[in-house]
Amino acid sequence: MNKLKKSAKLLLLVGLTSILWSCRKDDGIVPEEQEQLPGQTITAVNGLYVLNEGNWGAGRASLDYYDYASGIYRRNIHGQINPDATLGLGDVGNDIKIYGSKMYIVVNGSNKVEILNVKTAQKIGEVDLTNCRYVTFHKNKAYVTAYEGVVAVIDTASLKLDTKINVGQQPEEMAVIGEKLYVANSGGYNAPNYERTISVIDLVTNREIKKIDVGINLHRLRVDQYGDIYVTSRGDYGAVKSAIYVVDSKTETVKKKLDIEVSNFVIDKDFAYVISTAWSNATQSETISYGKINVKDETILSGGFITDGTQTDITKPYGIAVDPLSSDIYVTDARDYVTPGTLNCYDKTGKRKFSVTTGDIPAHLVFYTK
Amino acid sequence: MACLCPLVLSAQTDTIKIEQLKEVQIKANRLLQLQSSATPVQLLFGSELKRMNSLSVADAIRYFSGVQIKDYGGIGGLKTINVRSMGSNHTAVFYDGVQLGNAQNGQIDLGRYSLDNIEEISLYSGQKNDLLMPARGFASASSLYLKTPFPKFEVGKSRNVRVSLKAGSFGLLNPAFNFDQKIGKLALNINAELTNANGKYKYRYTNSVYDTTVVRHNADIFSKRVEGALYGVTADSSKWHVKIYNYNSERGIPGAVVANRYDFTQRQWDDNFFLQSSFQSRTDKKYQILANIKYAYDFTRYLDPDRVSLAGPLNNKYTQQEWYFSLAQEYSLTNFWNVSFSTDYIRQGLDANLYDFAYPTRQTGLVAMASKLHWPKFNVQANVLATFVNDEVESNIPAGNKAEYTPTVMASWKPFSEADFRVRAFYKSIFRMPTFNDLYYTFIGNSNLDPEYTNQYNLGLTYSKTIQNKNLVSFSVQADGYFNKVRNKIVAVPTLTLFRWTMLNLDKVEIKGFETNIQTVWRFGEVNAQAKLNYTYEQALDKTPTGFSYNMQIPYIPLHSGSLTLAGDYKSFGLNYSYIYTGERYSQKANIPVNYVKPWYTHDLSLQYAFKQAKVNYRLATEINNLFNQYYDVVLNYPMPGRNFRITLIANFN
Repeated sequence: MNKLKKSAKLLLLVGLTSILWSCRKDDGIVPEEQEQLPGQTITAVNGLYVLNEGNWGAGRASLDYYDYASGIYRRNIHGQINPDATLGLGDVGNDIKIYGSKMYIVVNGSNKVEILNVKTAQKIGEVDLTNCRYVTFHKNKAYVTAYEGVVAVIDTASLKLDTKINVGQQPEEMAVIGEKLYVANSGGYNAPNYERTISVIDLVTNREIKKIDVGINLHRLRVDQYGDIYVTSRGDYGAVKSAIYVVDSKTETVKKKLDIEVSNFVIDKDFAYVISTAWSNATQSETISYGKINVKDETILSGGFITDGTQTDITKPYGIAVDPLSSDIYVTDARDYVTPGTLNCYDKTGKRKFSVTTGDIPAHLVFYTK
Repeated sequence: MACLCPLVLSAQTDTIKIEQLKEVQIKANRLLQLQSSATPVQLLFGSELKRMNSLSVADAIRYFSGVQIKDYGGIGGLKTINVRSMGSNHTAVFYDGVQLGNAQNGQIDLGRYSLDNIEEISLYSGQKNDLLMPARGFASASSLYLKTPFPKFEVGKSRNVRVSLKAGSFGLLNPAFNFDQKIGKLALNINAELTNANGKYKYRYTNSVYDTTVVRHNADIFSKRVEGALYGVTADSSKWHVKIYNYNSERGIPGAVVANRYDFTQRQWDDNFFLQSSFQSRTDKKYQILANIKYAYDFTRYLDPDRVSLAGPLNNKYTQQEWYFSLAQEYSLTNFWNVSFSTDYIRQGLDANLYDFAYPTRQTGLVAMASKLHWPKFNVQANVLATFVNDEVESNIPAGNKAEYTPTVMASWKPFSEADFRVRAFYKSIFRMPTFNDLYYTFIGNSNLDPEYTNQYNLGLTYSKTIQNKNLVSFSVQADGYFNKVRNKIVAVPTLTLFRWTMLNLDKVEIKGFETNIQTVWRFGEVNAQAKLNYTYEQALDKTPTGFSYNMQIPYIPLHSGSLTLAGDYKSFGLNYSYIYTGERYSQKANIPVNYVKPWYTHDLSLQYAFKQAKVNYRLATEINNLFNQYYDVVLNYPMPGRNFRITLIANFN
């Protein structure tokens, strides 16, 4: 009798356990998702890659692709294309650029630069680099900034690290003019003693030859068609506001300071498109603005670049790019950083063409051209 | 009721029998309290606690219903409790009746509280159903009470010595020592423990194409704990005690495992010290008092060798100090009407070597007024808590003064005279203050924050039955349905970039839940057995109108979770089996496939054997945890250990 009850109990236990067991799905690949958007007139541009940063520690960097011909938006393509990449693309996708037939993704939290085939998005290599930030190219070399205060030089054929060039503390974005590399130093780890310089590197000798004094906590760095360097200062998040400095690359001196709040910007032909999120502790609110600069004469133009009022649908403008041919403007919305964002496309007159859901923190955009 | 508790040490000697009877009696009384409480109580007590596959308090309370443990894995990983999805800052943890404060971040790491010196763990949803308690006992949405054992001496003896050694996976070596001495009318207790582990364990991630097994690194820990207590009784039978506590540790901080990153270098040192004293007048008097005083010092050093500035690697030091004074008074107006008045004063300060740090000091005054009407079949209690907070800072903007008045009402009704069946209900409105980190952390803190409010509604029933001359000796069930609202929830919000966040009162959460505990005690000849089943259903929805996840289940809260414990004793042998299930959930706010987290469930087994040799009572226990070697994360990218083992030998000299 006792035994019977005991075994009945055991049976109940086994039954219960097996029910619960069956609830666990097999480990699998999360497939990509597709959405139909309006197609684009086919030019030299095949499409647009969108790199989503993913929140810190989440390992949620992801890659999306908007195909111009079909108008199909493919969300989260990396996992399905590269199922053998352990734990996927990685943690915090910080930059994406294309050089030749290869696409370079700087994955900050995963301490690596991942190299993909630009056409198929298949992984072809990986270079380890601690706390890496941004990438740029020149003569078959990839230059990657890393927060330990270096620019790493990677050979684009062998995909191996060549050397490291010492620059300032916590370097950020870079650009090449002629045989020189200009690197924005932030010194972000040394607050309040931020860096305030651009490092000038001679790409023949791979040495820093000069530091240009600009402003504190430098971040974004772009070059216009007139040889001017546009570099942003993040300010100190308090009294010192963010701003854009214009540096003449011939004289290597600051030419002008543009008092416009900036978190990201892009230059297309004669215009710079600026987005900014400014937080005020006093009013407990943030001010979001969209600005336009004429880079020919370095003047701030009045009014933003979105003209149909749809900018109110954007919570947190984060990434920005302009199609080099159609001059369509793409702005990403990172929303609250912990939910999927959106990619918003505006025509050159500033009217919204479409808006599509991306991964978490859509941030970096690169056009895949023929 | 008297035979409720099967024991590890079955009748081997008379002294053990006496001990058992004592414990059974105490346990029976505690269970009676539990059944008649107007707020849901869950309890782990004495031998039941000893036999569980648990190293720390955090391991043990996983078996409670309505509880999620946020566990970063391993022996040294942070483990905090989240009761009924309101968030870990809403549960107060009391150590021997006095709250463990943490004004810096509101987190109490329950992985640091060893079970070696814990006799009882009780969890109250709402609050304890008592009148005579510190005002802090009224001041949080739920309360976890940890109680150390009071020294007990056998007749004619004045000393107990217990020595134990635990060893096992992760390179664990854990010796502990307990000493009780009777000195006249006083009793002294000294309890000390060392924990050393390299923290290494295998974990595995796979998507069915890649299949990677890695060893967890930088999860080592070395900790020392020493506690001393002196207990006394005054001439008029009032009780008092003084307690001194020190916990000192160094540990590796293993980070989130992401692609290409499996090793970490961050380290942390902690030094926690407190001195507390308590005085309680005789409980049978018309007028009673309970007084508590405490001083606490908490030091933390965090080193990040990967984050190097011109001044060297990041090396943050935080020192927190707290002074606490409490006086609670209770008065019996009639034989059915009691009132109480509790006042607490708390002073907390934080020091840190951070740039632009505020150096905040917080003074809190708490006044609780409570009234209870009680008859055998019905009792109702109501109280109002007044909270006055003043923050001062040395630089930047202080949060200033705040005053809040919050009520609680609770009732328990026994409709039938025969059946031990009760209906209970409570309503509680309470809040948590923003922590120092929320308010003043350099760059991130926001001194304009308001408190985070919770409202709880609970309706439940309890039923228990003792059966004579049957295999099923007793049966008891608790079932509660609840509705909680959290508003002004403090969340981190990004401002400029991933570097820059700020804290805001933004989110709103509504939680509808159901939890039940069923406990049965069985006897089959010489075999005593116990079976316990806990089940929780919880729908915790994001109701933030401005958010992007409206009506979605909040992160890390499963719809279904539960546990099952089976225990059996035969002569000197004891067997324990436990099963924990946590259902599917999401790791981020959006309930989408990429954020899906699989359910996990573990099976733990332990076998114990008690024996006596040369007048020394020994207990030998072996444990297998996570029997089927399931790999899982409780917190995304913080892998938990697979199958692991422990062996314990305890020697009691008395």
